[in-house]
Order: sequence, then structure tokens, then C-alpha cells
Amino acid sequence: MAQMTMIKAITNAMQTELKNDENVLVFGEDVGQNGGVFRATEGLQDEFGEERVFDTPLAESGIGGLSIGLGLQGYRPVMEIQFFGFVFEAMDSINGQMARMRYRTGGAHNAPITIRAPFGGGVHTPELHADSLEGLIAQQPGMKVVIPSTPYDAKGLLISAIRDNDPVLFLEHMKLYRSFRGEVPEEAYTVDLTKADVKREGKDVSIIAYGAMVHSALKAADELEKNDIDAEVIDLRTVSPIDIETIIESVKKTNHAIVVQEAQRQAGVAANVVAEIQERAIMHLEAPVLRVTAPDTVYAFSEAEEIWLPNEKDIIEKVNTVIDY
Amino acid sequence: MKHVLESVESQFEMFQVLNENGEIVNKDDMPDLSDEELKELMRRMVYTRILDQRSIALNRQGRLGFYAPTAGQEASQLGSQFALEQDDFLLPGYRDVPQLIWQGLPLYQAFLFSKGHFHGNQMPENVQALSPQIIIGAQYVQTAGVALGMKLRGKKNVAVAYTGDGGTSQGDFYEGINFAGAYGAPAIFFVQNNYFAISVPVEKQSAVKTLAQKSVAAGIEGIQVDGMDVLAVYAVTKHAREHAINGDGPMLIETLTYRYGPHTMSGDDPTRYRTDELNDEWEKRDPIVRFRKFLEEKGIWSEEEENKVVEDAKEDIKKAIKEADNYPKQKVTDLIGNMYEELPVNLQEQMEEYKEKESK
Ligand SMILES: Cc1ncc(C[n+]2csc(CCOP(=O)(O)OP(=O)(O)O)c2C)c(N)n1
Repeated sequence: MAQMTMIKAITNAMQTELKNDENVLVFGEDVGQNGGVFRATEGLQDEFGEERVFDTPLAESGIGGLSIGLGLQGYRPVMEIQFFGFVFEAMDSINGQMARMRYRTGGAHNAPITIRAPFGGGVHTPELHADSLEGLIAQQPGMKVVIPSTPYDAKGLLISAIRDNDPVLFLEHMKLYRSFRGEVPEEAYTVDLTKADVKREGKDVSIIAYGAMVHSALKAADELEKNDIDAEVIDLRTVSPIDIETIIESVKKTNHAIVVQEAQRQAGVAANVVAEIQERAIMHLEAPVLRVTAPDTVYAFSEAEEIWLPNEKDIIEKVNTVIDY
Repeated sequence: MKHVLESVESQFEMFQVLNENGEIVNKDDMPDLSDEELKELMRRMVYTRILDQRSIALNRQGRLGFYAPTAGQEASQLGSQFALEQDDFLLPGYRDVPQLIWQGLPLYQAFLFSKGHFHGNQMPENVQALSPQIIIGAQYVQTAGVALGMKLRGKKNVAVAYTGDGGTSQGDFYEGINFAGAYGAPAIFFVQNNYFAISVPVEKQSAVKTLAQKSVAAGIEGIQVDGMDVLAVYAVTKHAREHAINGDGPMLIETLTYRYGPHTMSGDDPTRYRTDELNDEWEKRDPIVRFRKFLEEKGIWSEEEENKVVEDAKEDIKKAIKEADNYPKQKVTDLIGNMYEELPVNLQEQMEEYKEKESK
């Protein structure tokens, strides 16, 4: 099996599906000859030609609308939003239009679209490049929101997303693109979009996370082990809709839970997970479910982002609080 | 019918005053500038070229953060800024830091902007501007609003938006020029067509022959200018300003220019999408070389004078980067305090939490 970075796994997934299905089209700003600003589409235009992998004019609303139109013609658009902070221009296309295509046409039409975008912070980008806006789209019924944390998952989930007949937002954490390698099979495979992944089994506390925070949670779990706290770490993988079953099963075993997200605290994915747990498993809890999040400001300016972002220390602190409750 | 369709494009021929050899090719439109003003224009261009070189070096040393190179675009940026008044309102893009600096933003603040410190976004009282916009096209719609506000307040000023060629593809671009046109608002929409939006050449951006002709759809005036010719850019902007202030509506200006460097210093590799031949072709049109020839021919510029500008620039930059380095680091508590006029309860709590975190 090949060792790949997450970005290579993502390229490999698109390449696999471009080969597998001639209806797959990959497009966005700078994705052609330049191979994308992060090089996620590197080499794809050379291999598949300008009709299947192409640059668009600089307009996210246009890219979103184009995807919907191509979807109506039987294509499987894989559109890129260059940085997720630029998604606002395309919000009508995403939340307002593609999410409701199946619903409003009574199933006569669908929107088999994959939206890829780099997101997440910690890499000192300028303003509006690093926001964690998954909560905005996760609130929209009709959309699936997928966030891989490993190269293996990235490839398998992206192939699943491209094959899915409903619109899927696929968010790629910028810090994970090249920070480590993992085993990735060369052939096509899928990872179930509906299942969370128990990354580490434990009996004392459930740490529920997604994206880059999965890695912080795993590090925190290693530290906690030194103090005889055995943490279970769950990677949500899909933050909308959420695999609540896996979570409840875990909470029933550990009786303690914290939810970790890089995004700001108010509203958002973690709040929903906490609500689901208390609705379904309150009798199994020995402490309130706490959250580790960023504060409720706009994403921090570069110089302050290290303190602003949640980290493994924050996770350890919160775990200790629920354990000692 | 074909000739009718073509007639729109024929209205958008490039306007030039100074050719590549530094010769005046259009006497009638030679702007009325004193020798001192002409020299000031040159001084600003040379200074800004040095600032660009130093900023790139400082970025490579890790002493600056985000930086979008400006070399090649000096005539477009500074020729237009030179035609503005102090109370005109600028809404620049991420590459348009030089205009802000010459409008009065202290250099150390420009450096703080690059480092991602919000003090870099706090304009001095005498500078009417927003800090550089990251979202492409957003400044266009906002400019329509500033300009309408100026009109309603009876001010004799203009609002000026800067984007690149790629920016003209955004919906916001059309909405901005259309609104300003509909309201007869005193706005100048300035498109620096440097041929590439990151890697995408302008021919792939749009089927349009000139970006200036997009003005037709909004019913406003538009013109294409040689963006390597500082006198032409100055003359056109001055005209647009008077036109707007006289109540004749906004104007769209397209300058044909080039950025010599990468798109930004964050990993762009222009050799992936540009050839050496194209780069050479544009460097032959260099705005500084051309203007130097013109000034030397006139006998008002010398090598010594230019060297002095270079030395002054280097000295200023050294001081400013020190000042930026020594400026107090911003804290998360500063950011929390700036979210609302009054702290809501959630942030009151978080303020305490982060005060404690920061004191550790
Ligand atoms: C809404 C939005 N989409 C995409 C980007 C990413 N991006 C930054 S600069 C750029 C190209 C801009 O090209 P152009 O408008 O020609 O200006 P230039 O950089 O050439 O001066 C792109 C795609 C962005 N900043 N904002």
C-alpha cells in the first residue's frame, strides 16, 4: 500500500473517479494548469483534458450555479471553492438551491454535486481564509457535510461523496494536507458517509471530535492515559447528518463525554452533538457534556490564532473536569 | 449586423500619453503637472519598487506575513492615487497597499497588516479608506454605498474601488457598477488588468475584448488605459474624478498592466502559467524606465536623485519594520473586546477565561 499525504489521497480520489465515470467533471478557480492553489488537482487536466478538468472565471456564485446546471444534465460536478471563507458568494447556490433540488422537484431532479474546499486554521492565512463554517452548511437539511481526518478516510470519503446522488460538502483541513502520511490503497474504495469512526477505544470518557481536532484529541488521550484515564476518541467524519448511534453507544460505556470543535462555540456542530446526547442518554451521564471550542469572535487575526484555537491542553482540562465532576 | 456589434469594442481603444520610449504620443491629453509634481510621481514609483523588493525579502525571512507583490503595477497604482484628494475614500484590494501608504497609512502599519495584526487595519484619522479587501469584488458594492453616501451628504469627493481583471467576473462587480450608475454616485471603479487572476489568463476569464466595455452594460463611462504609463493613468483618473464630482456619474477604468512577481508570497509559482517571453515583453514596458527616460529628457531627473530615493526608502523601511516588530502583540482578549460595542454575556465569560489563559 502506498504512503500518502492527505492532499495526495484527495488528488488520487478525483483521479480514480474521473477514470471511473466519464460524467465526473472537476472545476474551480486555478484548478486546471495550475493544479489548484494547494495542488489538489495537480496533473488532472493533463491526464483528462480541459473538458473534464477546467478553470472557471473568478466567481463562486457562478461556480455553484454551473454545478447545479451540469448536475441537471447528468454530470457529477466536483467543484472547488478555493478557500472555504469564500463560500458566502455561493451560499444561495448551496443552501438555497442545490440542497432543495430533490425536495422541491419531488425527486424528479437531484444535485449530485461534491463541493471541495480547504478550511480550518492554524496556518497563518490572511483574513477570511481560515474560517470553520461547517456549522452554516450543517444547519441546511439536504446537504451532507463531510470532514476527513486521515489520508485513508479522505480518499474513501471523497469517492463516496462523488458517487453520492445528493450534494456533499467535503471540507479539507489545511493543516492536515501535508502534515503526515498514511496508508492509502491505490485502487478505488469507499468509506461510508454515514458512520463515525471510533479512533481509539476507551472506557472512561468519550471525546467526540472531527477534522484536525481528532489529532489533538488523540494526543490528549495519550497524555490522559498517563494519569490512568482511558479515553475513547470518536471521529465524526460526517458532521451532518451525524452518526448519533456510535456516539450514544460510546457514552453508555464511558458515562462521560466532551465534544471538541475548532469552530466558535455558539451554535454549530458540537452544540448539536451535546443536545443529542442529553436527549438520548441523560441517564447514562455522570457529568454534564462539556465542549472545547474557539471563543465567539470572528476567526482570529494571524498573530493571535495560536491562543485562539483550541488545543490538546484544553481537551485534557475539560476531560479532567468531567471526570472529577 | 456584424459591424454594429463590433462598434462597441471600437470605442475602447487603449489610451496612452507616454510610449515605451518615454516619448509623448498624445500631447492633447498631457496632464497639467509641474516639474515638482512630475518628480514626485517618479519618487513614489521608485520608492514603491524598493518597498516591494524589501517586502519580498522580509517575507522570505519570516518577518512579514501575507504579501502580494506590486512591481510592474506602480504606474496604475500610484498614477491613480496621485489624482485623488486626501478626503477621497479608497476601497482597495489585497495588492493595493501602496495607494494606502501614499494616502497616509504609516509604513509600520502596512507591515502590521501583513503580519495579521488588526492595528494594520486602523487607518489614521486623515486617511479615508478601508484596509485591503480579501474577498474579491466585495469592495465594488461597498464603493457604490460610500459614493452614494458622499452624494447624499453633498461632499465633493469620490469613492474609489480597486480590483484586478479576475475581480470583474464576480457578481459584486456588476452590482457595484450598476448601483453606482443607477444612483449617479461619484465612484471610480478601477480594474488593474494584469492579465492573470492567479494562474488564469484574462482570455479564459471572459470572452469580452476589453474589460472597460463592461461599463456599457451599467450605462456608465468606461475607458482602457495603458497601465504602464503613469501620465495616462493620472490623466484618466483626474478626468474620472472631475466627471464624478460634477454629478456625471461613476466611471470604470481598466489599466493594462502586469505583475512581475508571483501572485502572493504564499506558494504561488508563476512559471506554471507564464512564459519568460511574456515576462520580457512586459518588462520592456516598465513604467519606471519609461518615465525616467521622459524626465531625463526634460532634464529634471538624475541618477543621484534616484539613488537618494532608494536610500531614503531603505532607511524608512528599516525603521518601520522595527516599529512593527516592537508593536505590542495582539491578544485574543483584544479581539473579544472588539466584537460588539458592549460585551454580551457569552463574551464576558470568555473574556475572563482568556484573560486567565493569556496571563499564564
Ligand atoms: C471571493 C474570492 N474568491 C477567490 C479568492 C482567491 N483569490 C485571491 S486573488 C485571486 C485572483 C485575483 O485576480 P485578479 O482579480 O485579476 O487580481 P490580481 O491578483 O491579478 O491583482 C483569487 C482567485 C478570493 N480572495 N476571494
